[in-house]
Amino acid sequence: MGKYQNHHLTPGHNACAGCGQLSAVQAVMRALTADTILVNATGCLEVTTTAHPQSAWQLPWLHSLFENAAPVASGIKAALKKKKRPTKVVIQAGDGGTYDIGLGLISGMWERGDEILYICYDTESYSNTGIQASGSTPWGANTVTTPTGKNSSGAQQNKKDMMSIALAHGLSYVAQSTAAFPDDISNKVKKALATPGPSYIQILTPCVPGWKIKTDETIKAARLAVQSGLYPLLEYVGGQLSASSINNNFQAQPVDNYLLMQGRYRHLKPKEIAQIQNIADKNLQIYKI
Amino acid sequence: MASNKHNQFLEGSRAISLTVANIQPDVISAYPITPQTHIVEDLAKFQADGQASYEYLRAESEFAAASIVLGASAAGGRVYSATSSQGLLLMMEVLYNAAGLRLPLVMTIANRAVGAPINIWNDHSDAMAMRDAGWIMLFAENHQEAVDWHVIAYKLAESLNIPVAINVDGFIITHSHENVIIPDKKTIKKYLPAYQPKLGTYLNSQQAITLGGFFTPEHYWQEKRQADADLKKSVNTITKAYRHWKKLLPSPIALKPRFDNGLVEYCGPSQPKTLIIAMGSMSGTIKEALRDQNQVGLLKIRSFRPFPGRDIARFAQHCQQLVIMEKATSSGAYGPLYSDVMAHVPQFKGVSSNHIVGLGGHDISVKIIHNIIKSSRQAGLRFW
Ligand SMILES: Cc1ncc(C[n+]2csc(CCOP(=O)(O)OP(=O)(O)O)c2C)c(N)n1
Repeated sequence: MGKYQNHHLTPGHNACAGCGQLSAVQAVMRALTADTILVNATGCLEVTTTAHPQSAWQLPWLHSLFENAAPVASGIKAALKKKKRPTKVVIQAGDGGTYDIGLGLISGMWERGDEILYICYDTESYSNTGIQASGSTPWGANTVTTPTGKNSSGAQQNKKDMMSIALAHGLSYVAQSTAAFPDDISNKVKKALATPGPSYIQILTPCVPGWKIKTDETIKAARLAVQSGLYPLLEYVGGQLSASSINNNFQAQPVDNYLLMQGRYRHLKPKEIAQIQNIADKNLQIYKI
Repeated sequence: MASNKHNQFLEGSRAISLTVANIQPDVISAYPITPQTHIVEDLAKFQADGQASYEYLRAESEFAAASIVLGASAAGGRVYSATSSQGLLLMMEVLYNAAGLRLPLVMTIANRAVGAPINIWNDHSDAMAMRDAGWIMLFAENHQEAVDWHVIAYKLAESLNIPVAINVDGFIITHSHENVIIPDKKTIKKYLPAYQPKLGTYLNSQQAITLGGFFTPEHYWQEKRQADADLKKSVNTITKAYRHWKKLLPSPIALKPRFDNGLVEYCGPSQPKTLIIAMGSMSGTIKEALRDQNQVGLLKIRSFRPFPGRDIARFAQHCQQLVIMEKATSSGAYGPLYSDVMAHVPQFKGVSSNHIVGLGGHDISVKIIHNIIKSSRQAGLRFW
């Protein structure tokens, strides 16, 4: 494993083979020091790493509920402040816990200005409970609660713009990455932790059963998400898009390559694919990739 | 915090907030709801005035406030929150979680009715909603009991790793003035040393632990059985902690009870024909109503969880009538207190009746209590 070894998350968890979330977690862990407390929301990561009496975590780790990781972390930070312990606090949650049920509570934490790094592993659905749609599920995706059928071609709502919600709270560090870029993830985590105040990173983490891809296609999917312009690698420092996010020579791949490798999009007709291409094209303009 | 050992004429909320400040929690978080507001406003002001050094976190909901104190407790802090009614119901998922994680949260509940219909006045519907959450649930009759319970609550929570809720009747206790003795920091410190959980039991980088992991059926039921056993066993700790505290801070009481072990208090004749069982501030009114009744006694439940079944059975055994008065319903069944009492008195051969009183602040007068006693030869459930 060489440079990819870390001691914070040991081997032996029981996530699916090829799980994109667990690879991203490894990249996050490589950026953390031993003086870090982890707070986890309910979801795949919690379930697959802590089957009592075992645990894959070598850092102090707490799971309370699905939606309350943010205020729990605020409380931890407050106790550390009172006791003058400089320990860092990092939250890990899925997109369901972030975009949906935990959103109001995340807003409260950001409003309090607590120096906590919030990491959202974005599988674009509730993976743990069997791939139901969340506020992060993109338009057109087939999930068990936005199923395709005679009258439906999958999710009819657009993916919620969580990055803008984070930026609207005035966070000094907001970033986006995908599981295909572990060094980018590690760098962003380090930068976030070095920035005063709350910070937010969301990482696209392909879900093998959710996206209906093969176990060896996780990284390919996460890379195509970036190359198509659908999930660009972004970083906002002090509310400004950083120069590292911009690449004027970027040659985008058509979204077809990304969409058609995934079972959740296989039903899409050319007209619908064109609609998703529009989203990618718009991203390329907005983010000047 | 300015306070002394002398009698002061204080609002109940002020008495509670002064006591909490003297207990010196590390982290406080709360969300406003009538009739809890005065308590948390006082605590915010003490901190703003530099008279207290806890972290006071403004939460955006009761659910957040409960989660904040849960996190602070998991990180080894002494914590406090307070709520009422709808706020308590909104916290519910966190309350079960805190007990399951064995975190020593302490919280005041300014008891209030639950809507709909919306109503801000006192009853015990809110407390009953958390009956099975795994918390120790204490009830206060008056200001002094409320003050005492808060100090004792921390002793219990931090030595047993069980969260504790102190129930005080909304308005009746929170907004009324009474003579009360506020223990100073020195007295409290003698009883309750600074909180320092053992390494390996809280979130600390020196010894990493996994808190709140996933339990399969094989492990889950054992964890639950242990929590139940520990809560039941806490009756002994409560009696000990209560007696110890009352030695340090004896307070003058108007009517000396015949029996008081911290779990229950009995006032009345040695062989009562009729035994009233009740909780909270209405006990004061019942005592008033019993002045001219020489065959009726009052067994006041101070600790609802753990349930003092053994004490109740002992007092109920030789009575002819059991009269359970309570400020909550369990719609479609008997009241929660009645059901618990009856489950613990299999030997009782007399007549038992259940009286639902004081819902949504409905007045409980001496006259009503006399009428309840008159009706006590007839079994069943009645609303007053
Ligand atoms: C209040 C509450 N509602 C629902 C659930 C059930 N639940 C557990 S995990 C989960 C989905 C998690 O999805 P996400 O946050 O996207 O994380 P993932 O599993 O995809 O990593 C749900 C719905 C719960 N635990 N608590």
